[in-house]
Amino acid sequence: MGALREESAQRGIEDRIDAAWVWDRIAKAVIFIGGISAIVFVISIFIFVAKEGLGFALFDLDKSQFFGSPAWRPTSEPEPQFGALALMAGTASVTGFAMLIAVPFSLGSAIYISEFATGRKREYLKILVELLAAIPSVVWGFIGLTIMNPLIIQVFNVPVGLTILNAGVILGLMAAPIMTTIAEDALKAVPDGYREAAEAMGATRWQVIRWVVLPSAKKGLVAAILLGVGRGFGETMAVLMASGHAINLPTSPFDSVRALTATIASELGETARGSEHYKALFTLGILLFLVTFTINLLADILVRGRKGKKA
Amino acid sequence: MVEQSKALAPLEKVRVRNLTIRYGDTVALKDASFEVRENEVFGIIGPANSGKTSFLRAINRMDEMTSGMHVSGEVIFNGKDVSEWRNLYALRSRIGVVFPLPVGLPMSIYQNVAFAAKLRGVKKKANLDEVVERCLTRAALWDEVKDRLNSLGSLLSGGQQQRLTIARALSQEPELLLLDEFSIAVDPVTTMRIEDVLKELKSEMTIILVTNLVQQARRLADRTAFFLNGEVVEVGDTAELFKRNTKDQRTTDYLEGRFG
Repeated sequence: MGALREESAQRGIEDRIDAAWVWDRIAKAVIFIGGISAIVFVISIFIFVAKEGLGFALFDLDKSQFFGSPAWRPTSEPEPQFGALALMAGTASVTGFAMLIAVPFSLGSAIYISEFATGRKREYLKILVELLAAIPSVVWGFIGLTIMNPLIIQVFNVPVGLTILNAGVILGLMAAPIMTTIAEDALKAVPDGYREAAEAMGATRWQVIRWVVLPSAKKGLVAAILLGVGRGFGETMAVLMASGHAINLPTSPFDSVRALTATIASELGETARGSEHYKALFTLGILLFLVTFTINLLADILVRGRKGKKA
Repeated sequence: MVEQSKALAPLEKVRVRNLTIRYGDTVALKDASFEVRENEVFGIIGPANSGKTSFLRAINRMDEMTSGMHVSGEVIFNGKDVSEWRNLYALRSRIGVVFPLPVGLPMSIYQNVAFAAKLRGVKKKANLDEVVERCLTRAALWDEVKDRLNSLGSLLSGGQQQRLTIARALSQEPELLLLDEFSIAVDPVTTMRIEDVLKELKSEMTIILVTNLVQQARRLADRTAFFLNGEVVEVGDTAELFKRNTKDQRTTDYLEGRFG
């Protein structure tokens, strides 16, 4: 007893640096570096893109041509044309079409997983959805090229199958799993007490979902959709492979288009560093960056708003 | 048979026969048999884990949404075993439930109370307005919220939210009202106000009141059941029980606060 007290007294008095203290410091430093590096990378990417393209975009580029003309002829002599309208229309149409597919699919499966599936079935489904989200985009592009392309030609009797329809379907299927996961999280965050209270009043499952669950998960669901849209804008390889990659102002889902991202990916390797063409591609990059940044920010604000309200 | 019992005794609202409720291997309520009469307040007292809440859940078939909950035996509501109801939603819409902690649905005060009416198919604004005002008035909440019916129900204080859930239960126009320790999150003054409301409601519906306050059962219940560790120890006239005319010594012990 006496010895014990003496020992603890000693420990209290002695302010010594022990292993636990050292490890704590090291862990803190490592975590800090990890955390800060993400921010540093994002900022340096932005600076790099801006450095390469911003000067050109602000001073040399004909803005009315860039936003108003569909003619993207960066290598034509003597006067190259940098009209990005067709590229923007391509990205927008493919993304829009993709959302037509992804929104109902992802919300539907999120509702099923969260509200109807139970036990093991739910776990398997969640794993499966996450697995789908992990399929590389080049594989999706491959599917678009080898399966969707002949299918569209056959079913709709059109000459080309690499179209908005093709890329939209592929992109929709690609974006749906991640949207499902986020939407399902939002639905799961709705307290069970709400469901129980509403069901105890005699509401049917559908009435509970329609009037209680969906309204309270609304912000998270919108965030899920926005992240899907962001994914659509940013996706490159699958769209490059499935959209036909033809500069075109689309008038129907059976038109081939070219996306902003695909243009950068396919042309950047052939340009001379520092040339106008090179800088114009970086301008496209800045445009994409701004759009996806805005969308992600919006989604983030919405998700935060949802969490903040609960706390 | 039924005619006979009608003639002899007050009308039965709920009849429980050999009711056993299990959660996996754990028995929550064992072989319970008793009846709840029409237009009475039926009190259920007993310490925690006695099967009181499980019994309420069995009446409106909440076992459907509780995984692992298994009910055997009979719960006869209005002469029909609840396990034979095919349209559970219709069954539940006739039974109002008030939970221990108030659950305001994530909508406005107005929508909370109008919800049940909407589910029933009431669409006219004037009718809904009428339901909302009547139920909030009866739950002693109207005066406090009439100027902010469109603000969120969850912004009310705990006591107000509990009265909101009572108003919501009343908006179902239930035949049977189940109250599960409603005063757990409510201050004493509000509790007394709600108790007054319940006394009035008795003429229109049957009330089953689960309470952890022995005195609350004494004030409100016509008859009282004492649940202990899943066993229905005794069911009797509240007045008689509190005169210590009990059949089982354990009831007296509990009423006198010797355990629980």
